[in-house]
Amino acid sequence: MESWLRSVFLTRNSGFALAALMLAASVLPAHAQEEAEPLIQPQLERREITEAMIDSEDFEIGAYFGVLSIEDFGSNAVYGGRVTYHVAESFFIEAAYGLSEGGKTSYELLSGSAQLLTDDEREYTYYNASLGYNLLPGEVFWGEGRAFNSALYLIGGVGNTTFGGDDRFTVNWGVGYRFLATDWLSLHLDMRDHMFDIDITGQDKTAHNIETTLGIAVFF
Amino acid sequence: MCRPLYVILLCLLGMIAPAGAAEPVKLKVADPYLDMHTGPGAGYPIFHVVERGEQVEILKRKTGWFKIRMENGKEGWVPSAQLERTLTPDGQPIAIASVERGDFAQRRWSVGLLGGRYSGAAVMTAHVNYTFTPNLSADLQYSDVSGDFSSSQLLGVNLLHETFPAWRFSPFFALGGGGVHTKPRATLVVTDDRTNAFASAAVGARAYVTRRFVLRAEYRGYVIFSSDEDNEEIEEWKAGFEVFF
Repeated sequence: MESWLRSVFLTRNSGFALAALMLAASVLPAHAQEEAEPLIQPQLERREITEAMIDSEDFEIGAYFGVLSIEDFGSNAVYGGRVTYHVAESFFIEAAYGLSEGGKTSYELLSGSAQLLTDDEREYTYYNASLGYNLLPGEVFWGEGRAFNSALYLIGGVGNTTFGGDDRFTVNWGVGYRFLATDWLSLHLDMRDHMFDIDITGQDKTAHNIETTLGIAVFF
Repeated sequence: MCRPLYVILLCLLGMIAPAGAAEPVKLKVADPYLDMHTGPGAGYPIFHVVERGEQVEILKRKTGWFKIRMENGKEGWVPSAQLERTLTPDGQPIAIASVERGDFAQRRWSVGLLGGRYSGAAVMTAHVNYTFTPNLSADLQYSDVSGDFSSSQLLGVNLLHETFPAWRFSPFFALGGGGVHTKPRATLVVTDDRTNAFASAAVGARAYVTRRFVLRAEYRGYVIFSSDEDNEEIEEWKAGFEVFF
């Protein structure tokens, strides 16, 4: 520094020295001024963005239809509705209500006239609450320019089935596929096993009722 | 139409309406860059990067992810933790207020599902809860019991007292009453359906988990006023979840 100053002042070119002095004068006070200002401005307010300002789409409501194979009572149409709440990126909870109707057992068909159940008792209704896990989230491609989000999920839960004149505690589990046509419109393909204990056909057993459905749902 | 129904409808409208009416939220990127994913999940690939100083518009939210639109029209998803490090157009730092424990303490309505055992039979309960004060709330519970010999439906009203509502794990006790309808199994010798009144007392706890999600468990004792000589006493425990608004 000292040698630099000496070289500046000892130079014969006074014009250069003057320029150097002016430069130093213009730089140094500015530096001092900067230090005088507080680094942190305390009155800076954090502006809050509330949930109400952003459209939050964590709920999904939809309808589905398909085929329910009721053990011993044939395969029949099933339809229902469900509401889903997406708790986190990977987890969701779902409540569903469905309707179907049991057909005739092979015993009833062969014997001709014997009836195990009345028409009212053949009505099959169920509801359940389930927990789902998005096992394989991903994207699917349609041609070159379109990509859609999708997920393969595992789902399971408990509920109640009314069939054969009784309420039956029911465990369900299955696999589903969710295809998001847009951010707010989803298509579902679901395979579920609804299991409950039944003794209508002469023995106590756990019936497995396999349900395959197609559904459509909207996020809100 | 009765007034409670109006209230519920208004609440539902209140939940839906502001979303569409809200004006766009615009932010300036303060971090060196902002990663844009193709979907609302950590696994979705990053397809674009927003540079520092660029302005983005928040379109919507799904769980912890925000869909944003760049000035050039590109749209993608960013995690909330990264979006927290952006500025408003006038250069102010932002805070994204998400549903938190504070909101749990100020909730009005919550709905929930519980499952468990009711005197050895499976029980499932759906309930709606309305909070009057931080300590005091009321439940409307509908339960379905499916046992080996009979099935029952219970409809009851409870008054809940939460002693420490500010705690993350908040215990409560409850007193209630209602009616139970019992139907014997169809395959058994036919006895008549019966409907009785009951009184119940419960102890339980709520535990806040995340966003709008709360776990709840309770142990309940019922006294069923039957027409027999003795009243029937039943013990029940159940656990499940609640979502609050």
